[in-house]
Amino acid sequence: MFFQLQLQLPDGGWTYVVSIILISLEVSLTAVGLSTLFSLPIALFVGFTDFPGKHIVTAVINTGMGFPSVVVGLLVLMLLSNSGPLGTFDRAFTPQAMIASQFVLATPVIMSVSLSAVESVEQSVRDAAFAMGGTDLDVGIVVIKEARYGIVTAVLAGFGRAISEVGSILIVGGNIVFSDGQSYTRTLTTAITVEARQGRYEVGLVLGTILLVLVLGVNWLGSWIRSKGRGERSA
Amino acid sequence: MQRRTFLCAAGVSSLAGLAGCSRSQRQTAGQGQDQGETPGAGQIGDGELVLATTTSTYDTGLLDAIHPTFEETYGITVKTIPKGTGASLRTARDGDADAILVHARNAEDQFMQDGFGVNRRDVMFNDFVVVGPEDDPAGIDGTTSATDAFVKIAETQSTFVSRGDDSGTNKKELVVWEAAGVDPSGEWYREVGKGMGDTLVQASQTGAYTLADRGTYLSMRDRIDLAIRVQGPLRDGPVILKNPYGVMAVNPAKYADVNYQAATAYIGFLTSPQGQSMIEGYTANGSQLFFPNALSEEPNFEQFVPQGYSTQQANALSTRDKQFRYWVENEMPADY
Repeated sequence: MFFQLQLQLPDGGWTYVVSIILISLEVSLTAVGLSTLFSLPIALFVGFTDFPGKHIVTAVINTGMGFPSVVVGLLVLMLLSNSGPLGTFDRAFTPQAMIASQFVLATPVIMSVSLSAVESVEQSVRDAAFAMGGTDLDVGIVVIKEARYGIVTAVLAGFGRAISEVGSILIVGGNIVFSDGQSYTRTLTTAITVEARQGRYEVGLVLGTILLVLVLGVNWLGSWIRSKGRGERSA
Repeated sequence: MQRRTFLCAAGVSSLAGLAGCSRSQRQTAGQGQDQGETPGAGQIGDGELVLATTTSTYDTGLLDAIHPTFEETYGITVKTIPKGTGASLRTARDGDADAILVHARNAEDQFMQDGFGVNRRDVMFNDFVVVGPEDDPAGIDGTTSATDAFVKIAETQSTFVSRGDDSGTNKKELVVWEAAGVDPSGEWYREVGKGMGDTLVQASQTGAYTLADRGTYLSMRDRIDLAIRVQGPLRDGPVILKNPYGVMAVNPAKYADVNYQAATAYIGFLTSPQGQSMIEGYTANGSQLFFPNALSEEPNFEQFVPQGYSTQQANALSTRDKQFRYWVENEMPADY
């Protein structure tokens, strides 16, 4: 059966398949990378400091994890559309628009999971770093180092949310592929919607398998990083 | 201190790696983009045409067949966004597309009346067909009236799948229900909010009737268990099931940064003898899917102006029906 599935590549063959894999990775990795740079300082700040309304901020971040992707897509499209407030940049239906919407989707996940990782670092560790004459930055680095497994988990969770998502990128990306079979804004997930629409379930299944393998590979990389870290600590 | 320097260096290098990574991927994955960033001499606008179009022109493979020639001739990269007609018109209204290729004349007219569309041309036509399961529970096989068939489907409460997505096909379906004097409601009437391909697949799986454009139906015929129950006007069916496609440019006076030149080049290509013969020559499952109708020796001014523009507003619709009948008689091969 698998041999039969292998034969049923979409029109355009491997060029097409490889280009949608590359676009999927480019968009999701960039979105997750930017989101991590944005989320970590905020997670550190919220985790370190006590301020009035802190639990409300935490609740908002946690609620954001369940934000429907199609709503995010709609809002990003209205923002970037030529008739929207950021219309002058002409970014609707581009990979950048998809990065923006996946950034919005991944950020609550990364922020929330890394926040709980930061909060789980014992107060005594922070106190010790501070007592040894560390600046705020030093204390932050110590805490990130202590919480690094949780932070890797956060980044992986954010990546999982981004790469498997279809609702928002279909709306803001437009599912465009050039006539030579190179993808512009078509990803693995939106390509699957095209195949399903045309009743070619087997081809969709092949693409779905590739997506699963990708996610599996990234998670394997994550758990390898984590196990390597643990090995270092015990050594 | 040393450690901090190291962390900093690691951060910078991973950032650089990320940037480098996305740069190299873009070079391999989207050569078309580079043209867009550096407009040079002899290039039409930014060298890109964003075309919002219906799922029927995309899913049948027609656009994939004709776009490479257009791109080669004009040096323009086409970005096709397949959506329903309603969504395509909205995209164009927001200035996010340069040209649209759609099939709902009333909605196109409204689009032009509102000043968003210019340079409309008729491109091609086919028709809609009512398709249904093999056992034909409503007993409509061979009915020559679409409205009678819809009335029977409603009376027998046979399952009917509706696009429900404001597409051209959906608009046409609602027109037929209205003409039949039936307000479809109840568990037998299912709005699925999907594209034509999806809807045909779902109708096939659930043994339901639906209205489909002949092109998409023919291109998917070998993957679904649905038969034509009411023929469209291409095979002596009622003219209410006509399906004409039109192309138009987004008004550059509304949105200065739309690629109007590329849009008119595209309109010119589709309506040229070359483009028309490519449409004529395109087949799927051995059948011609679309019939070109842009070329005519006789003057045909109605294609340029929206309905209601002329003083003969009242009988414009019936004129269009006659016009469509004329295309069927003159443009289709006798042996179709």
